[in-house]
Amino acid sequence: MKLELRGITKTFGALVANDHIDLTVEPGEIHCLLGENGAGKSTLMNVLYGLLQADSGEILLDDVVQHFKGPGEAMKAGIGMVHQHFMLIPVFTVAENVMLGHEPTKFAGSLDLAAARERVREISARFGFDVDPDALVEDLPVGVQQRVEIIKALSRDARVLVFDEPTAVLTPQETDELMEIMRQLRDSGTAIVFITHKLREVREVADRITVIRLGKVVGEASPTASNQELATLMVGRDVDLTVDREPARPGEPRLVVEGLTVADHTGQLVVNDVSFEVRSGEIVGVAGVQGNGQTELAEALVGLRHVLRGRLQLDGDDITKDKVRSVLDAGVGYIPEDRSADGLVKQFTIAENLMLDRSHGAPFVRFGALQRGALARFAEETVEEFDIRTPSIAEQAGRLSGGNQQKVVVARELSREIRLLVASQPTRGVDVGSIEFIHKRIVDARDAGLAVLVVSTELEEIQALSDRIIVMYRGRIVGIVPGGASRETLGLMMAGEQPAGAAA
Amino acid sequence: MSDVQQTPPTEEQTPPTAQEQQRGRWRQAIREITLGGPLIGLIAVVLAMLVGSILIAATDPKVAAAAGYFFSRPGDTFAAIWESISGAYTAFFRGAIYNFNRPDFASGIKPLTETLTFATPLIAAGLGVGLTFRAGLFNIGGRGQMLLGAAIGGWIGFAAPLPIVLHPIVVVIVGMAAGAFWAGIAGVLKAYTGAHEVIVTIMLNYVGYYLVFWMLSTKGLLQAPGSNNPKSPPMAETAVFPPLLGDQYNLHAGFLISIAAVVVVWWILERSSLGFSFRAVGLNPRAARTAGIDTKRVTIIAMCMSGALLGLAGVQQVLGTVTTGFSAGIDAGIGFDAITVALLGRSRPWGILAAAILFGAFKAGGYSMQAAEGIQIDIVTVVQALIVLFLAAPPLIRAMFRLPDPSAPRRKAKAVKA
Repeated sequence: MKLELRGITKTFGALVANDHIDLTVEPGEIHCLLGENGAGKSTLMNVLYGLLQADSGEILLDDVVQHFKGPGEAMKAGIGMVHQHFMLIPVFTVAENVMLGHEPTKFAGSLDLAAARERVREISARFGFDVDPDALVEDLPVGVQQRVEIIKALSRDARVLVFDEPTAVLTPQETDELMEIMRQLRDSGTAIVFITHKLREVREVADRITVIRLGKVVGEASPTASNQELATLMVGRDVDLTVDREPARPGEPRLVVEGLTVADHTGQLVVNDVSFEVRSGEIVGVAGVQGNGQTELAEALVGLRHVLRGRLQLDGDDITKDKVRSVLDAGVGYIPEDRSADGLVKQFTIAENLMLDRSHGAPFVRFGALQRGALARFAEETVEEFDIRTPSIAEQAGRLSGGNQQKVVVARELSREIRLLVASQPTRGVDVGSIEFIHKRIVDARDAGLAVLVVSTELEEIQALSDRIIVMYRGRIVGIVPGGASRETLGLMMAGEQPAGAAA
Repeated sequence: MSDVQQTPPTEEQTPPTAQEQQRGRWRQAIREITLGGPLIGLIAVVLAMLVGSILIAATDPKVAAAAGYFFSRPGDTFAAIWESISGAYTAFFRGAIYNFNRPDFASGIKPLTETLTFATPLIAAGLGVGLTFRAGLFNIGGRGQMLLGAAIGGWIGFAAPLPIVLHPIVVVIVGMAAGAFWAGIAGVLKAYTGAHEVIVTIMLNYVGYYLVFWMLSTKGLLQAPGSNNPKSPPMAETAVFPPLLGDQYNLHAGFLISIAAVVVVWWILERSSLGFSFRAVGLNPRAARTAGIDTKRVTIIAMCMSGALLGLAGVQQVLGTVTTGFSAGIDAGIGFDAITVALLGRSRPWGILAAAILFGAFKAGGYSMQAAEGIQIDIVTVVQALIVLFLAAPPLIRAMFRLPDPSAPRRKAKAVKA
C-alpha cells in the first residue's frame, strides 16, 4: 500500500509543529524520518494515526483520501504503529495482547483465544520470530515485547508500519535484529516509516531519508550520505559529533565504591555487590540498557537510596550513611536522570532553581534570609556562561525548552565547588546543540581535576565521553573496559556476556 | 542555533507509570485549588454572591406573592425581586461597612470595626492553613489547634498573676506553643510514618475538643470556681487585649498582631531560606529531596508554624472576642472557615488578609441582614460554601474525568512562550 501525506499542517497555539509536510512512502520501502527531538516527527505520525487532527492537508492511501477520526479507523485502513513505549498489558499473555481491541469471538461473545494463538504462531513463523503465544508479556525481554507489538500490528493486516523511535530501549544486538525484521517486512511489501534521530541506524536500513527540522521538510538524503552530512541537515549547521578531549590524566582515587548493594522497595537487589573507583581527572562511564541498576547506583551515591551493604568513600571520608545534604555539601554534584521530576521545580524561576541545592547557607542565604541581590547577580552570570536561552532569570524554568532546562541543572551543579560530578543521563531528551555544549562542559570539568561518573543508556554518549567504561547488567558490573572499547564489545557486555579480554 | 527555544522538551523521556500519572493528576488538582491565581478568587466571590442574590429573592415571601400573579402584572415581580435583593445588600453594607442611619461618623463606622474584629482570628487562622498549602500539606486540624491554644493560653490568662503588657504577651506565646505542639503531632506522624496529615488532624480535632471539654468540666483545671458548667473563669484584667479605638468599639489589639503575622508570614514564605524550602517541597517534593532539602524537617516545621498561627487565633478569641470565660465552642468554626479563607486568598499572605476581611464582613453583615430584612443568616454560609465550590470544583472535576486544562496551552506550545 502506498502512503502519501500532502501538505500536513498542525499547530499548537503559536507553535507550528508541522508546516506543509509532504511525504510519500512506497510499498516495499523503508522510509526514514530523521529529525531532532521536537522537530515534529511524532506529531506527524500522530496525525497519520488519527491521534491528532491536522489543521490542513490530506492523507492518502493508494491515492484515496482518508479521514481518520481515531486510531481505530487508521488501523482498519491498514496503518500500524509500533510505539516507542509499548502499549502492552504486562499481565496478559502474548495472544491476549495481540487480540486486544479486536477480539475474535465465538458464540455468545466468548473469546476465541485459540484463533488468536494461531494468528500469533502464523505470523511468528512467517518472520521467524519465535514468540510463545502463551507467555506473559511481563516475563519477556524488551526486544521480544517489541516483536509482540509488531505482531499486533501485522495481525490487523497493517500494510503501512510506523516505528516510532523503536531502538531507544534496545541493546545494540537487539537493534540489529530489529533492523533485520524491518528488512524482511519491507521485502514482503510492507511500507515502513522509521522515525529516529540516530544517524547510524538510518544509514544502515533506510531506502530513502526525509529530514525534518522545526516542523518542515528540509531535504531528502540518500542512505549513502555521511553522518556529518545528515547531522548538518538535521540541525541546520555544522555539528561536531565527536567530543574533543585530551587523554585523561587521572590522579588519586576520589570516589571509592566497595561492595555496594542496594535493594528496591520490594526487597529485590537492584545494585548487587558493585565495586569501582573514580579518580580525579577522569570520566568513568556507566553503560547498560535502561533498568539494570545504573539509576539506583547513582542515587545511592548521593544518599537518595539506602545502602544495604558496602561502603562509599569520597577522598577517604566515609559517606555511606550520609544524607543527601551532607553528600552534596561534601562536594558532590548530581545531575539527576529525570530533570522534570527530580532536577527542577518547574514553577520556580530560573534563579530559584539555580539555588535549589544551596538554600541553606552562603552565598544565597544569610541569617535565614534569602540574598536576592547576590542570587540575581549569580543567575545573570550563570545564564550567560551556560548559554541558557531565556528572556530573563525570572522566567519559570518549566517554560524553557528541554535543552535549556537541562542546562539550568548542569549549571547549578557545575557552578558549585565540587570534587565529584555524578551525571545521570546528562543529555536525555536534549537537542543536538545542547548535547554538544553539555558534553564540552563535562570534559572541561574533568580537565579541571574533577572526578566524573556519567551514567547513560546512549552508547554514543558513553563512548564519546568516557576514559573508562563500567558495563552493568542486572545490578552487577559485567566488566570495566577502557574508553576505546568497541561498540560490539560493549553491546555484548550490556547483554550480560563476558567478552574475552575484558577485566571484571 | 537561535531557535533552540522552540524545541519541545520531553519527547524522549520515560513516561511516568500509570500510578505516577494518577497521583500526579490529583496533586496537580490540589496545587491548582490551593495556589491558583487571584482572578479566580475574585470570580468565585462574584459568582457566589450572584447565586446568593438569587437565593435571597427566591426565599423572600414578598417575591413569591408577587410571582403568584406574574402574568397579569409581571412588573410587580421584578420590583419585588429588586427590592428584596437591594434591601439585603443595603442591610449588609450597613452591618459590615458603614451605617448611614447613624447621626455621626464615629457611630456610623462601627460596622467596619466589627468586620475587622471578626476578621482578626480569621486572618491568623487563614495564614496558618495557607502556610501548609504552600508546603504541600493540608491542615484540617484548625479547630483542635485553636482549642488547645485557647485553653492553655486562656489558663495563663486567668490564672497567672502577671503584670499588664507582659501578661497578654505570655498568653500569646504559650497559646501559640500549644497550637504548634498539637499540629506538630500530625507533622511528626506524617514525616516518620507517612500517616496522612488530613486524617490525623481531623482525628486530633476530636481529641482536642474532648480534652478541652474535660479540662473545662474538671474542678481545679479550667472550670470556673463555684460553677458546674463546662466554662472557664473570665480572663484577668491584665491579660485582656486593650481596645484599639476606645471603649465604644470592640476592635482590640489582637488585630495588630494579625497584621504583624501577615507581614511575618509573607517574609518567611517569600524572603527566607525556610520559606524557600517550604515552597520547593510544596511544588516538587522529589526535586527538593534530590537537592538535599530535608522534606521531613520541612513537614514538621510547617505543621508547627501552622499550628502556632491557629493557636494565636485561639488566643485572640479568649483575649479579644469573648473575654468573660470560654467554653469548648470557643473556636466558633474559625478553624474550618480558615480553610476557605486560605483557599480564597490563594495561600498568599496578602490575599488571605483580604479574604479574611471579606469573611469578617460576611459575619458582621449577615447578622444585620437577618435583623433588618429577616433574611436567614444561613444564606451567608451558603455563599461561603459556594465560594469554595467555585474555587475547587473545576480542577477537581478535571482531575476526576481526566480532562485537559482548557486554559493551559498544549504541552508543545508551552515552550514558545519562553
